[in-house]
Amino acid sequence: MRTNDALATSVPRAVDARLYHEPDVFAEEQRRIFRGPVWSYVALEAELEGPGAFKSTFVGDTPVVVTRDQEGALHAWVNRCAHKGALVCRAPRGRATDGSFVCVYHQWAYDAQGNLRGVPFRRGLKGVGGMAQDFDLAQHGLRKLRVANLCGMLFLSFDEKAPPLEQFLGEAMCYYIRRVFNRPIRVLGYARQNMRGNWKLYSENSRDGYHGGLLHLFYPTFGIYRPSQESAGEVDEVGFHSAFTVSKPSQTDGYENYQREANREMSGASAGAEMLRDPSVLTFRPEFDDNIALLIQSLFPSVVLQQIQNTLATRQIVTRGVAETELVWTYFGYADDDEAMTRHRIRNINLVGPAGYISMEDGEAVELCQQGTAGADGWSSFVEMGGTDVVPKVAPIGLDENAVRGFWTGYFALMKGAAEVLP
Amino acid sequence: MSLPAAAMNVERQLLLSEIAEFNAAYAHCIDDDQLEQWPEFFAEDCEYQIIPRENVDLGLPAAIVFCDNRGMLIDRVVALRKANIYPAHYSRHVLGAPVLLDADGRGLHSQTSYVLMLTRMDGETRLFSAGKYVDVMVRENGVLRLKNRSVVFDTHRIDTLLVTPI
Repeated sequence: MRTNDALATSVPRAVDARLYHEPDVFAEEQRRIFRGPVWSYVALEAELEGPGAFKSTFVGDTPVVVTRDQEGALHAWVNRCAHKGALVCRAPRGRATDGSFVCVYHQWAYDAQGNLRGVPFRRGLKGVGGMAQDFDLAQHGLRKLRVANLCGMLFLSFDEKAPPLEQFLGEAMCYYIRRVFNRPIRVLGYARQNMRGNWKLYSENSRDGYHGGLLHLFYPTFGIYRPSQESAGEVDEVGFHSAFTVSKPSQTDGYENYQREANREMSGASAGAEMLRDPSVLTFRPEFDDNIALLIQSLFPSVVLQQIQNTLATRQIVTRGVAETELVWTYFGYADDDEAMTRHRIRNINLVGPAGYISMEDGEAVELCQQGTAGADGWSSFVEMGGTDVVPKVAPIGLDENAVRGFWTGYFALMKGAAEVLP
Repeated sequence: MSLPAAAMNVERQLLLSEIAEFNAAYAHCIDDDQLEQWPEFFAEDCEYQIIPRENVDLGLPAAIVFCDNRGMLIDRVVALRKANIYPAHYSRHVLGAPVLLDADGRGLHSQTSYVLMLTRMDGETRLFSAGKYVDVMVRENGVLRLKNRSVVFDTHRIDTLLVTPI
């Protein structure tokens, strides 16, 4: 009942704080959203090289495994043995060279597609024990999931009703994904950040252009972003997904000017005394056919795809409980990067991630909101910057909460059962 | 002419105790919030990174902090003081005994385990990070400095954020 209360009293521009705190809301989200008619990002195809490759991860709080079979096709299943529910796959990643996945508990063996291939002592021994005569392996496979691959980004769905991935994402989102994944990529590493806050607080955060230059003071201080830079925010037709783009500075107002100005700001009273010692961390080497130096794309419900300068990363949102969210950063470059470019990306990564100059604060913001909304019975947020509705595009960003309202529009439609909202 | 075993052993013990003393001073510098002094533990031409063990084991290069000169270390401290927003906290490093791996023309190669506890202003102390330093130290004017310190952390799910150096 309380779930219904909190949902009923909420609208996209005013969200009841109980939605961040109540375990039954969280359980309902797992059913209606994460195991519902949407697509959740889980991996990059580049992480699954070769037959038998696998990665275990989560959709919401459900453990799942993505695999590549001996023929090269991708599959996914819930990581839960059909026998007793044990995790079948216990490693975060690897290669099952014989193509089989065996539960260690009673050695039920599955193939990469999730089909049950064998059960020890199925016929018993010398007429004793075993399964019934009509026991059918085909009826006891792993729970299979739909897999969709867009340019090497892999998404899963539990629900046949999820529209085709590209339709779910919409044209604008697909455009930016294709832009980033315009050629083969290479994974550079992982970072994991645990936030003691609800997953929706992070989802709002990544769609909130308003906070960019206000919370992340590195931006204005060191001059990566200023309100005068050309920028835009786009959402899909419902509002589920969001893409922010910020252009690089023009020739006449380049980063060098920004940084000189920033260096003066950094010095406070003793102007010029405290220069940014090594601005190379900010260096942007244009590598796309446009002027976009920053792209932050939030894809409902489980991932942010980013290009910030030359850092490329996915940030997968894993819900670990109503008040705990893990953000898994997967950094990548392009397969044709030379050593110098890779090193440049590694230097740029100082900007992002759990220790990133311009992203670390997001963890703190999520936790502050979680802590501040404790006990806030009957309190709702106020999300009316730049209006009360959702429009397809805003420019510039930083002065509105359009995409945050978009997120809630999609969220409420799914949670309140209006599945026809799907594109 | 090689040194007698006993002399080798004494020299080794002296080096180890010098490295342990260096590490203790380094840890106290951070824990006592003397971060402006922290870059001085490094040679001018140095490399410092904080990298998850997960990536090291996979042979992947991405670190969460990567500095390849002392200036970048200073920038980290300036940003911490003037730009970044984070929960106020105390750091407390507990270090293991250093292991001397090698001494060659590049310097002294050693590694040392650490445990880092953080205490936020609510008074609760939490284990923030366990891992090891993988170091190359050089001598400048008789004083040890870090040519290379890789902080390889086991605790790869970082609690909230990382801003203070390890």
